[in-house]
Amino acid sequence: MSTEYGNDTPGGPGGPGGGAGFKKRIRVDQQLIADLVPAGARVLDVGCGDGALLYHLSHFKGADARGIEINRARVAACLNQGLSVIQGDAEVELRDYPTGSFDCVVLSQTIQAVGDPKGTLETLLRIGNRAVVSITNGGYWRNRVRFALGGRVPFPDDPGESWYDTANIHPCTIRDFVGLADEMGIKIEKCFAVRASGATREVYPWSAAANLFAVQAVFVLGWRSAPSEAG
Amino acid sequence: MGPRTGAAGADGMANDTGPQGTGGVTIDPHTLPGEFVTLAVEAPLDLDSGARLGPINVAYTTHGTLNADKSNAILICHALTGDQFVCGTHPITKRPGWWDTTVGPGKPLDPDRYFLICPNLLGGCMGTTGPSETNPATGKPWGLDFPVITIGDMVNVQKLLVDHLGIGQLFSVVGGSMGGMQVLDWAARFPERVFSVMPIATALRTSAQNIAHHEVGRQAVMADPDWCGGRYQEEGKRPHRGLAVARMGAHITYLSETALTRRFGRSLQARDRVTYGFEADFQVESYLRHQGITFVDRFDANSYLYITRAMDYFDMVEEHGGVATEIFAGTNVRFGVISFTSDWMFPTAENREIVKALNGVGANVSFVEIETDHGHDSFLMDVADYHRVIRGFLEGAAELRGEAGP
Repeated sequence: MSTEYGNDTPGGPGGPGGGAGFKKRIRVDQQLIADLVPAGARVLDVGCGDGALLYHLSHFKGADARGIEINRARVAACLNQGLSVIQGDAEVELRDYPTGSFDCVVLSQTIQAVGDPKGTLETLLRIGNRAVVSITNGGYWRNRVRFALGGRVPFPDDPGESWYDTANIHPCTIRDFVGLADEMGIKIEKCFAVRASGATREVYPWSAAANLFAVQAVFVLGWRSAPSEAG
Repeated sequence: MGPRTGAAGADGMANDTGPQGTGGVTIDPHTLPGEFVTLAVEAPLDLDSGARLGPINVAYTTHGTLNADKSNAILICHALTGDQFVCGTHPITKRPGWWDTTVGPGKPLDPDRYFLICPNLLGGCMGTTGPSETNPATGKPWGLDFPVITIGDMVNVQKLLVDHLGIGQLFSVVGGSMGGMQVLDWAARFPERVFSVMPIATALRTSAQNIAHHEVGRQAVMADPDWCGGRYQEEGKRPHRGLAVARMGAHITYLSETALTRRFGRSLQARDRVTYGFEADFQVESYLRHQGITFVDRFDANSYLYITRAMDYFDMVEEHGGVATEIFAGTNVRFGVISFTSDWMFPTAENREIVKALNGVGANVSFVEIETDHGHDSFLMDVADYHRVIRGFLEGAAELRGEAGP
């Protein structure tokens, strides 16, 4: 398996997924996540938005899929589709779940918006046997150019956002995230880089090329060894 | 004025005579439309108080058709002052039933799709056994000889009815406020008999504030000399003044300050200036008096005492050793919990306690707080977001159960 990022192959790692018609419904990183979730798994999608991933998981992967979302209108949209979603603040709600409740906990484009990313990661891996986390890569070359030449803090998610109104209060690069995982004793089982074109590829987590060329990354996380207390 | 409730809503301003009204109309509930059945005939029901009660009459209505595999039955649990006339025209008030906004063809609880069962609860006064019915042992009205009942007792009677109808597993049990307490009790004690539940604007336990409001209501009833120590039926009287005051006080708790301000503000009732007296100068006074007057026409004072008491005693957490997560441990029931932003009787925080208890055992639960300014009564109203959520939840549950549905 290539650890270099740069020679994109079409398709991505996950196989057929939900079929081309349904791929339009979900973002590239969500499709990648959907492909990583085993069929029939118990999945919690933290910050599930309008439920696109949940819908996909429950209808095409036979998953027992649940969600948490803070935005009232989005929760209502999820419930209207018959999805199981709780309106609430992820950092508060997650505490209530018992250890090992889920096969997989998904935190899609949300870790940078929580107040305590480290505590959140710990909780994800307490209530789930695996965590799938996607981030926006602050190390993407365009962001570097914006910062180096423009002299402005870049916000790759939404160029219209400013430092004072972005939800992503903890911006990070792939390398930053991998460093935190390393420090916490979290094992990165898989790391995928997503390019601006939407092409995805599994990469070596410390890959400098991935940190430069990927707009997003998706990580599959587990504990390096079973933790004594958190497990 | 915004959306209206069913029976609870005002249909206009009252006359100015104060809350005493006409003194109420004595109705014979057995002449009302709907179904009647006598249950607990062979073996009386063991009540939570230790007393035994039986046989028990249950008055109920059904809407829609039970399908061949009996998989489309939904039990609707009514609240404190509701009854079995959930939709259509109420036979006594001649106004829409208490949940006509939500129950009916094309509405979220649709009889064209579901078989809807709505019983009058134990202790009620619309034909189900309660304090105004005749005590078979004495041939006189029960009055205060009627045993004190609980939410659990009400649910046990509902279960007898569901057994009687031959339905193994209800597709859903739905109800708001005290109806939501029955819903939760169904899920906790008979999880194998329900596929999904929707507890709406409710709580795992009755708060001190709600017990306090209930006590004011009960004291108003008992302070009325026509209450006669609970034996008013034998004395040929009705404590309509006390019951009307109880209703007026309770009605305030169902609304919100925003709703009252929007609807009435400080507007005067059919006059240009205040009268410097104690007539209903303000529209809001007139409205409340009207609520009191119309209520006594359809409700029994002793039923009010018994049912509020049942609500006071409701505490699922205490029943499970003070550990909320024990209540639904191991449940396979699918839960849809709904609260309303302006509800101060069963605020979102109390509904969240239900969600927390369910998350603690990894139960399948959905929760949404609907934004309205109609207060607790929101659960009776035609709120588009709310109705979409009810529909979505039931359709999702039906899909999970593997039913195409009609």
